[in-house]
Amino acid sequence: MLTFTIRRLLLAVPTLLFISLVIFLLLKLAPNDPMAQVPLTVPPEVKEKMREALGLGAPIHVQYYKWLVQMFWIEPQVLIDHMTGSTFAEGKLRVISWQTRSPVMDIVVQRIPQTLWVVGMAYLVGVLIAIPIGIYSAYKQYSIFDQIGTFISMIGYSVPPFFSGVLMIVIFSVLLGWFPSIYDTTLVVDSWESFGKQLKQMIMPVMVLALQTTAQISRFMRASMLDNLNQDYVRTARAKGLSEQVVVMVHVLRNSMIPVVTVIALGVPAIFGGAIITEQVFKVNGIGQLLITAIQANDLPMVQTLTFMFAILIVLFNLIADIMYGILDPRIRYD
Amino acid sequence: MTDSAQPSSAPHSQWWDVWRQFKSHRGAMISAVIFLIILFAVMFGEALWPFDATLIDIPARNQGPSWVHPLGTDQLGRDTLARMIRGGQISIAVGLTAMLLALFLGTLVGVSAGYFRRLDGILMRLTDLFLALPLLPLLLVMVMLFREPLSAAFGTETGIFILMVSAIGITSWMPTARIVRGDVLALKEREFILSARSIGTTPFKMILRHILPNVLSPIMVSATLGIANAIITESALSFLGLGFPPDFPTWGRLLFDATDFLQLYPERVIWPGLAISLTVLSVNYIGDGLRDALDPRIRGR
Repeated sequence: MLTFTIRRLLLAVPTLLFISLVIFLLLKLAPNDPMAQVPLTVPPEVKEKMREALGLGAPIHVQYYKWLVQMFWIEPQVLIDHMTGSTFAEGKLRVISWQTRSPVMDIVVQRIPQTLWVVGMAYLVGVLIAIPIGIYSAYKQYSIFDQIGTFISMIGYSVPPFFSGVLMIVIFSVLLGWFPSIYDTTLVVDSWESFGKQLKQMIMPVMVLALQTTAQISRFMRASMLDNLNQDYVRTARAKGLSEQVVVMVHVLRNSMIPVVTVIALGVPAIFGGAIITEQVFKVNGIGQLLITAIQANDLPMVQTLTFMFAILIVLFNLIADIMYGILDPRIRYD
Repeated sequence: MTDSAQPSSAPHSQWWDVWRQFKSHRGAMISAVIFLIILFAVMFGEALWPFDATLIDIPARNQGPSWVHPLGTDQLGRDTLARMIRGGQISIAVGLTAMLLALFLGTLVGVSAGYFRRLDGILMRLTDLFLALPLLPLLLVMVMLFREPLSAAFGTETGIFILMVSAIGITSWMPTARIVRGDVLALKEREFILSARSIGTTPFKMILRHILPNVLSPIMVSATLGIANAIITESALSFLGLGFPPDFPTWGRLLFDATDFLQLYPERVIWPGLAISLTVLSVNYIGDGLRDALDPRIRGR
């Protein structure tokens, strides 16, 4: 298991390097010019110097190398400095956003809590709803409950978040006026009243995201339960007189959770990507919204960093899913 | 002896069996009808409906549903039903074309990886790599980068259409490739492939005549899922303001435009959203029914 983990970790390095190269080269093809906003009165030779200061005059491989150094050497140093108060990264050039002229990572760190709160909460809620639904609809296969569950998860698959979100706004904030349609990130939770406000503004985005998660996970849970319910060991457990509850909730559930847990792990990076739309609908200023504004403003360093961060998350959680599968299921041995 | 060899009833083809099984899936049948109605409305609606999607009629702006304009009008007095029809044409055209492209790429990669052992490793690593890419951000970046050059080269509508279709196609072929490869690997061990090879069938003919017809069912199922995926992706891009320009309405674009008037005219977001959801839902159900119908283990029951 350990050798497998180490091998996969080593393999993740070239994968990530390749992905970063693809993203880098794709963005290098960009036709836009960071000097486009500079007034026309600035003489061309000064513009040329500004361009050089941004590192745009250098050959492509030098630019790529410099970006790698900034991303993997200087930014971790900044993180260490921040945590321990040391001065490793002092005076070193960080990845700078073209929009705000401040380090990209600083902005990302500001935005992460909003995303984690809304998206993370939604994922948790989705999983917690999905598992009981999956268990029950497998146990009562083809019952009314199962049929309705199938239909609802079909809807969860088919209704895109930009419609379900907007529909929720129409119903709950325009017609009924229960919840605010815009997520207020400046709200500080320090009393019961503000906590209630926070709860109110979180309900809609969380529900929209949770619907999608529930649709997927409950399908997997149901399929996995069905696979296990017909196994011989279930008949044995029943034959030796165990109560139905113990058979289903202990014996079958534990075995059924193995593939579901890996699916849950695989979904974690996807919610960051999928949340782009939901964040846009509810005006949550999280990571996804940051990416959209960066794309609209042609802020290439920001786009590059964010896309690469998503790639890291995907590779990381793929690895975690593989390892978990190996740990949870003793029949699977990678070496 | 000749009598007993006669079949008792008229023989029917495999596709007749598939159709019979498909018919018994109620959700899939209803969905097929709904999908056909949507397809028909979108294809012929423009000829039947008197209003043009781009006709601006300022005095009649912001109207609610009426007999003249059953779905109302927008802020420039354009008829919403006409715009829905036009939008559906673009959305469904993008969906179908992108699905065909993704299917072509996926089948090409899957069959090559499954049939030619030497290509297997590298093609499957490539597939894994594509699966590790953050797709939606990358799509957004691709649209941002290639929008201007392509619009300049092919004209706005064609340029964006090509961009959308290729961007969606290039980022959604991986599941098809994986499924097809698995099936081809299993097929390769069968006797009829061996016998075909023993009479000297060339690899190209082998793939065309023996492999492809036998992997048709997973390809058809991923085709339905592909349409659903492509329509949602296109609408998502349009919704984020990175799709077609405003004068070419797509369902996603109409929804995006309607959100600006959410407080005043909340009913305006319903129609495009409903159209997207209904199309995708019916396509998904058709896929579900097809999967059951094409699975010979279920079909007998």
